[in-house]
Amino acid sequence: METIKMRNYFFMDMGVMLIRSMRHVFRSLDTIITVTIMPIAMMLLFVYVLGGAIKTGTDKYVNYLLPGILLVAIANSAGYVSYRLFLDKQRGIFERFHSMPIARSAPLWGHMLTSLVSNAISLVVIIFVAFLMGFRSSAGMLSWLAIAGILALFTLTLTWIAAIAGLAAKSVDGAGVIAYPIHFLPLISSAFVPTKSMPAGVKAFAEHQPVTPIVETIRALLYNKPVGNQIWVALAWCITIMFCAYLCAMRVYRKRL
Amino acid sequence: MQNAIQVKGLQKSYRQLYVLKNVDFEVEKGNIFALLGTNGAGKTTIVKILTTLLKKDGGQVTVNGFDVASKPSNVRQSISLTGQFAAVDEVLTGRENLVMIARLRHLSHPREVTDDLLQRFGLSDAADRRASTYSGGMRRRLDIAMSLIGKPQIIFLDEPTTGLDPEGRIEVWKIIKELAGSGTTVFLTTQYLEEAEQLADRIAILHEGEIIVSGTLAELKKLFPPAKVEYVEKQPTLEDIFLKIINKKEDK
Ligand SMILES: Nc1ncnc2c1ncn2[C@@H]1O[C@H](COP(=O)(O)OP(=O)(O)OP(=O)(O)O)[C@@H](O)[C@H]1O
Ligand SMILES: [Mg+2]
Repeated sequence: METIKMRNYFFMDMGVMLIRSMRHVFRSLDTIITVTIMPIAMMLLFVYVLGGAIKTGTDKYVNYLLPGILLVAIANSAGYVSYRLFLDKQRGIFERFHSMPIARSAPLWGHMLTSLVSNAISLVVIIFVAFLMGFRSSAGMLSWLAIAGILALFTLTLTWIAAIAGLAAKSVDGAGVIAYPIHFLPLISSAFVPTKSMPAGVKAFAEHQPVTPIVETIRALLYNKPVGNQIWVALAWCITIMFCAYLCAMRVYRKRL
Repeated sequence: MQNAIQVKGLQKSYRQLYVLKNVDFEVEKGNIFALLGTNGAGKTTIVKILTTLLKKDGGQVTVNGFDVASKPSNVRQSISLTGQFAAVDEVLTGRENLVMIARLRHLSHPREVTDDLLQRFGLSDAADRRASTYSGGMRRRLDIAMSLIGKPQIIFLDEPTTGLDPEGRIEVWKIIKELAGSGTTVFLTTQYLEEAEQLADRIAILHEGEIIVSGTLAELKKLFPPAKVEYVEKQPTLEDIFLKIINKKEDK
């Protein structure tokens, strides 16, 4: 009886948590700048300043660039997740939640959901700006759904990694450190320039890290090209990392609180 | 009558640090119970165990008749916690904080409950300001107000007046007395002996991992009769009693 009631309330409670942390996102100018304005600025810079010099083999550089910019935006948001989680843990608000009759994991899932929703919003804004800059896609409904799914998966993967950092950190700075390696992944991939142009060592890294197959898959879906086995490589990367990060984060969560 | 809180042989250690050795006490329903102890005595540790935030190593602990280890969700239905450090969401306004908790407690009219509490705690004017702009006292009041939502049967307050000025302290005392007046059981920890004197029906002193004395203020005073040598008979304050007990312990 009790458990059934608790389960019905689980999604309601998550909704309350979502509203709470969405307010955190919208009331932090810093967050909005980093996850939306900065990727847009980067897109402008690359297309209008550097774009002429980059040879991608496609006619419009913005078409080539967009998938990478979307991943940059998601990567930029990861640091904020660990920051918000750390503050919740440190300021005792988690203790309040945990002494209340709500599911233990609801506060953590609330942060995951927030990450998904806030990223969805910023990605839509970025795609809109790209559209104004001349981005066009021939993708159909199904392809867009697949793209949304992959982006959501990538978001969850990074968010769970960020959660470990936020929950395990001993200081605010420690919580934010995770942002740096994550920021770099999209930069050393085929997101901005084809890997062909890179020196051997960097090229090997770029071709065998998770971001490249994700970028390639999204690109293929956007422009109706065959996705090949890149999509499976992308999914395998995401699901494996996400699963490990999830287990690890849950362990830390249970132990710390 | 069943006790609101029953603790028997409670033990807890953090790695090598043996914080709670053998803690026994009980709290009657509707009473105000004060747990006294110096810094690091283990007061917060006890509160965390009673509110299901921390696992005990040994002993029997029941809250509202439910075992904290085997029935934590029943315990959480019966209690609410105001931790040692104000647990308010600083980005949200006072009102949003209260509405959030009211929603999490699944009340049917979160807005009305919130308005009522804002009024009662003198936060109506500041209701729509972010909690980060609140003074320490306002934050504490908001914190306590959040704990009252949903009318829990047992309220835990971990050093509710630490860091408040005398005025703020008296205000919080008034709230606590009102709570007990309406039948709520209050478990509070404090370092201020005066606070325990003012508020508590029963007092327990935690020292070196054990409850070394407990009883009503009158009982504690009886244990240590006023010094006869003095010209004017002086009632010992709780402070005297406390210091005496600790010295006696250490002499042994
Ligand atoms: N998570 C922890 N890990 C290791 N030691 C801890 C931990 N939490 C508390 N302690 C130690 O246990 C002892 C009791 O701590 P506790 O916080 O319960 O004391 P307290 O009576 O609430 O003190 P204060 O009046 O300062 O709040 C202290 O020596 C403290 O350092
Ligand atoms: Mg304490």
